[in-house]
Amino acid sequence: MAKKVSGFEVKSGLAQMLKGGVIMDVVTVEHARIAEDAGAVAVMALERVPADIRATGGVARMSDPELILKIMEAVSIPVMAKVRIGHFVEAQILEALGVDYIDESEVLTPADEAFHINKHAFKVPFVCGCRNLGEAMRRIGEGAAMMRTKGEPGTGDVVEAVRHARQVYGEIRRLQNIPEEEVMTFAKEIGAPYELCLQVRETGSLPVVNFAAGGIATPADAALMMQLGVDGIFVGSGIFKSGDPAKRAAAVVKATTHYKDAKILAEVSRNLGEPMVGRTVDSLDEIEKMAGRGW
Amino acid sequence: MKIGVLALQGAFREHIAALKKLDAETVEVRLPAHLESLDGLIIPGGESTTIGKLLLAFDLMEPIRAFGRQKAIWGTCAGAILLAKNVGRAQPLLELMNIEIERNAFGRQVESFEIDLDCPFLTPSEPPYHATFIRAPIIKTLSAPAQALMQLEDGRIVAARQENLLATSFHPELTDDLRFHRYFLEIAQRTRAA
Repeated sequence: MAKKVSGFEVKSGLAQMLKGGVIMDVVTVEHARIAEDAGAVAVMALERVPADIRATGGVARMSDPELILKIMEAVSIPVMAKVRIGHFVEAQILEALGVDYIDESEVLTPADEAFHINKHAFKVPFVCGCRNLGEAMRRIGEGAAMMRTKGEPGTGDVVEAVRHARQVYGEIRRLQNIPEEEVMTFAKEIGAPYELCLQVRETGSLPVVNFAAGGIATPADAALMMQLGVDGIFVGSGIFKSGDPAKRAAAVVKATTHYKDAKILAEVSRNLGEPMVGRTVDSLDEIEKMAGRGW
Repeated sequence: MKIGVLALQGAFREHIAALKKLDAETVEVRLPAHLESLDGLIIPGGESTTIGKLLLAFDLMEPIRAFGRQKAIWGTCAGAILLAKNVGRAQPLLELMNIEIERNAFGRQVESFEIDLDCPFLTPSEPPYHATFIRAPIIKTLSAPAQALMQLEDGRIVAARQENLLATSFHPELTDDLRFHRYFLEIAQRTRAA
């Protein structure tokens, strides 16, 4: 009975288990415990949430391994951590720490302006961001075992998350409705691997789980994204930049489970205190936008 | 046969797809009313702490305990954890099976693996069952009427049955092999007849 360790099934399988759940950004051990108690399926350990990265500026890098290890010790749920786009050595370090998932993330300052990490080379699974089907398929081609639509991180404005989810699922529907002889040109136009296009045309869905991220701040935002077809939710700044993080976190978890039940959504949305203040996406300068990072 | 799949969080759609291939009627269970007229219930893989908290929040804990005293329940991975009496830490559990579980028994995600296991109780019993272990628990100890069904080479128990209740550390819902789902439907059928 030979062990077969970390095939792609095992990498994408963990993402399957996270479906219907909420993954929360946490910057301290205390946050991590609040997130776990609220019912998060995983936490993203980082030094600054996206809203603070925006506010303080400067280069945003992988977090201090000490912080990540402390959070790994504090909770029993999976722990994810972020590396800069293309920074495969940060990824090697996170793999050595034993994190459960690596997010090759546009929230951090990109280390490479042309290439992403070859994710097939790692035992630890990767999640990556996408704005459209082509970007999702390129990341999956590089070995990503989970996707998330990018939205615009650190804004509390859900408009970009909606745009990106509609774009990805709209392109999948389009692909399903074209004849096979048009698939190669479709693949060329969106910059996606041809074989993956054939597969998605057949199944009608991405070959890996796809969560929503970037701007989700309320239970209603989470349910909106779920009704648009995503498999689960990332909340970055939306929880710990709000007035009552524990309460809001639990409400977003419940809303993600009962995303089609408006009565429950009404109930869990009551009395949550102040949401994060936020910034509208259209008030950002082009240079401030994170979603455009990725090639 | 009408089988419910607990749909609070996790890989419930995969279980529903497998059951549909075996012509079972399926129901997504999110609230106590959804348990009505079911012949069996599957608790899927996911995060056991999340599912446990949602069981409490939506008043499902007692109704599922009562269900399990009369009808078939199968827990995979997180579901197996929820069926256990004890998991060595404080978290909400159904406590229906006489099994003690160790969570994340093999370590973190980089230690997750797939392996072929003997399955003499499945029909057909060949080939061996290809089991996927993802941050998987093991059944550390068990006592009658719970019985071990499958073990790793080192003796660690990864599947157990207690009359109408079934627990597996691994994820039959992630494979195309329907033998485990067929086995559970037989348990549900026999429990209903009894």
